[in-house]
Amino acid sequence: MGRKLLIQNDKVPGIETLAVYKAHGGYASVEKALKSMTPDQVTEEVKKSGLRGRGGAGFPTGMKWSFLAKPEGVPRYLVCNADESEPGTFKDRYLMEKIPHALIEGMITSSYALGANQSYIYIRGEYFYVSRILETAIAEAYAAGLLGKNILGTNYSLELSVQVGGGAYICGEETALLESLEGKRGNPRIKPPFPAVAGLWGCPTVVNNVETIAAVCPIVMMGGEEYAKIGIGKSTGTKLISASGHINKPGVYEIELGVPVEEFIYSEEYCGGIRNGKKLKAVVAGGSSVPILPTELILKTAKGEPRLMTYESLADGGFQTGTMLGSGGFIVMDEDTSIVKNLFTFSRFYHHESCGQCSPCREGTGWMEKILKKFLNGTANESDVDLLWDIQSKIEGKTICPLGEAAAWPVAAAIRHFKHEFIEIAKNKKFVDISHYERLNKIRV
Amino acid sequence: MKVTIDGIEIDVPKGTTILQAARMIGPEVAPPAMCYYSKLKTTGGYCRTCIVKVTQGSTANPNPMPKPVASCRTEVMDGMVVENYTNNDVLEARKGVVEFLLINHPLDCPVCDQAGECKLQDLGYENGSAKTRYEFKRREYEMIDIGDKIKLHMNRCILCYRCVKTAEQITDGRVHGVIHRGDAAEISTYIEKVIDNDFSGNVIDVCPVGALTDRTFRFKQRVWFTKPVDAHRNCDKCSGKTRVWLKGEEVVRVTARKDQWDEVEEFICNSCRYDHKKTSDWVIEGPSPIHRSSVISQNHYQNLNELKVNILKQQKALGFIPFDKKP
Repeated sequence: MGRKLLIQNDKVPGIETLAVYKAHGGYASVEKALKSMTPDQVTEEVKKSGLRGRGGAGFPTGMKWSFLAKPEGVPRYLVCNADESEPGTFKDRYLMEKIPHALIEGMITSSYALGANQSYIYIRGEYFYVSRILETAIAEAYAAGLLGKNILGTNYSLELSVQVGGGAYICGEETALLESLEGKRGNPRIKPPFPAVAGLWGCPTVVNNVETIAAVCPIVMMGGEEYAKIGIGKSTGTKLISASGHINKPGVYEIELGVPVEEFIYSEEYCGGIRNGKKLKAVVAGGSSVPILPTELILKTAKGEPRLMTYESLADGGFQTGTMLGSGGFIVMDEDTSIVKNLFTFSRFYHHESCGQCSPCREGTGWMEKILKKFLNGTANESDVDLLWDIQSKIEGKTICPLGEAAAWPVAAAIRHFKHEFIEIAKNKKFVDISHYERLNKIRV
Repeated sequence: MKVTIDGIEIDVPKGTTILQAARMIGPEVAPPAMCYYSKLKTTGGYCRTCIVKVTQGSTANPNPMPKPVASCRTEVMDGMVVENYTNNDVLEARKGVVEFLLINHPLDCPVCDQAGECKLQDLGYENGSAKTRYEFKRREYEMIDIGDKIKLHMNRCILCYRCVKTAEQITDGRVHGVIHRGDAAEISTYIEKVIDNDFSGNVIDVCPVGALTDRTFRFKQRVWFTKPVDAHRNCDKCSGKTRVWLKGEEVVRVTARKDQWDEVEEFICNSCRYDHKKTSDWVIEGPSPIHRSSVISQNHYQNLNELKVNILKQQKALGFIPFDKKP
C-alpha cells in the first residue's frame, strides 16, 4: 500500500467542510509556514522536495518559483491552473470536488512563498459545479480568517478568487489562460516574455497546476527532504493518476512515483486488470496528447527493464519507444480497440480546440482529422498514411504553443506503432461505423 | 551585438530581432514574413513562414535552440548563429507552412484584385510546390462589405492579424477583430458593422492577400496595367504622401507608399485614398520605385530568379545542399 499525501481523507464524510478538514490536520501547513517560516524558506523546501509540475510538462516547481521576477512595488500573482482539459485526465476535478480545502490551503502557503497578495483559481467552464464547491470553501476560509487581511494574525494578507473559463482546451496553456483571465480571447502569447517576468496584467506571475499546489502542503509539513525520499530519482513524491478505459476499476489513484506500470494496471489496489478478461493492447500513459504505446513497450522498456510510473522511466527511449508521464491521464485499451478510430477521436478534439492563431496548427489539425475520417469511412489509400506522417512532422515544433505538438504526437505514435492497422484498413477498404461522430459533428455546428 | 545569418556576419543594436538583422543584410538572407509588420506593434509570430534555426544561442550560451524559432519575434543575442536558407529543416518546415496556408486558400488569383502584388503568390512561387495534396472541400465564407469602401473576402484570408493590429493601433475605436477559433476563425466586424473612421482604409494596404480589397478599385484594372507614381497633396489628416496608380490620365486608385519589404511607409487617411481620384488633386513627384514583391516591377520573375541565384551562391559557399536538390 503506497503512501497517500493528497487524497488520503477523500472518503471521510464532510471533508469538504472546513471543520472536518481542520479536524483531520487541515491548514496546518498555513500555520507552520506563516508563523515559523520565511517565504524563502518555503520556496527552499519546495526546491529540496524535487516536486515537479503535475500539469503535464514536469518542470521543477521550486525552480519555476525561483525564476519569478521580484521588482519592487509591482504586485505578483499566483494563478492556479484548474483548466484540466486533457482528455483522459480528471484528477484535479476529483481533488477539488472531494477536498476543496486542500487546494485552498496550498494556495495560501504557495502565495505566501511567492509574496502574492492576490491569487486566482482559473477553472474550466465545464467544472462550473466544482467552482461552486470551491467558492463555498473559500467563503468558509474567509470567515475563519484564513483568507483576507492579516491571516491568522500575521502581517500576511491574501485575496483568493475563482474565475470560471469558457471551456476551451487552449486556456490550459498558461499564457492563453492569463489572456482569458484578463478577459481577452484565450490565445496563447508569444514567448518570451515568460509569465515569470510579465504574466497577468504584465506583472510577474506563477501558473501552477492544482495538484502541484496541493502538494505544497505535505511538503511544508514533512519537509522537502522527507518528501524527496518518496519516489525514485528525480521523480519524487506522489502523483494522482486518473485511470480510464477498459479496466476493471477506473478512477483516480494516488501512487508513489515508481510503481511499475504492470502492477498499476493489474493489481487489485489500482486498476484491477483488463475488463472482461481481455488482453491489453495499448496504453496512453499521460493524457491524450502523449504517444500511445503498445503492450510490449508500455510494460517493459526497449532495453527490457520493467517500466515504472516515473517521469524518466516512461520517457525512456525517447518517442521512438517511450512516452511521457504527462498529466497522469492513464487510458488503457483492450485488444478490441481500433487504434485508428481512437486516433480519429483525438484528432477531432485537437482540431476543434485549436485556437487558430498560427497556421500549422489551424490548418494542419483539420487536415489530419479529414484524412483520418477517410480511414473510418473506408475511402483511404495507403499513401494517406505517409501523408499523415508528413503533416504531423510539419506541425510538430513549429507552432506558438504546445497544442501543435499535442495534436501531432498521438498521430505520430499511432503510425509508428500501429502502422499495420492503417494499412489494413486502406487495403481492405473496411468500413467502420461512424454514425456516432456524424451526429456529434452535426451538434458542433 | 554580432549575429551571423547564413554565414554573413552583421553588427546590430540590442533589441533587434533576427528578422530585422537579416533584412539589414539583404533579401538573400531575409526570411519571408506574412504576418510581421515593422510599422505595427505586437505583430508577427502567427504565420510561421519566417521560422529559422538558431544553431548557436549566443557566445555565452552556445547551445542551439531546440525548436525552430519565429525570427520576427526572437531578439538576437551576441554571437548568435542563425541558419535560414542554409538549413534543410527550415526549408522543409517553410514549405510545410506554405502548404498549410494554401490548403484552404481558393487559389482564385485570376479573379483576385490582389494578384500581382500578393505576398502569398510570391511565397508560393518561392517556397511552395506546384501540386496540392489537399483533396477536401476548401473553407468557404460569404463575402462581407465592411462599409461602402472595403470588401472582406474571408476565403482568401490567412489570419495574419495585421488588419486587427492596424485597427487597434492606427484607427480609434476598434470595431473588428477575430471571432470563432481554430480553422473556423474569421476576421469580422461583428455583424458587418461599418468600420467608420478616417484611417480605416489602411487595413487594405496591410493585408498581404486579397482578403481586404478597395471597393472603389475592385475589378477596375489589373495592377500590372497601371502606372504607379509617387504624389502628394495638402491634407489636414495625414501626411498626404501617397502612391497614385494611373491608367492613362485616370487615377484608378490611391494607396500608401510601400518600402522594399512591401510595408507601408506612412499610413494615409481615407479622404486621400477614396475621395481624390482626379489627376488635378495631386502633385505628381515621379515614378514610384517598385520592389521585387510586385509583378509590375520590370522583370519580376527575373528578379526573383536573381535572388534565387544569390541564395544558391551563398548555399554553395557554405557547402550546403538543399533537401530537394539532394541526389
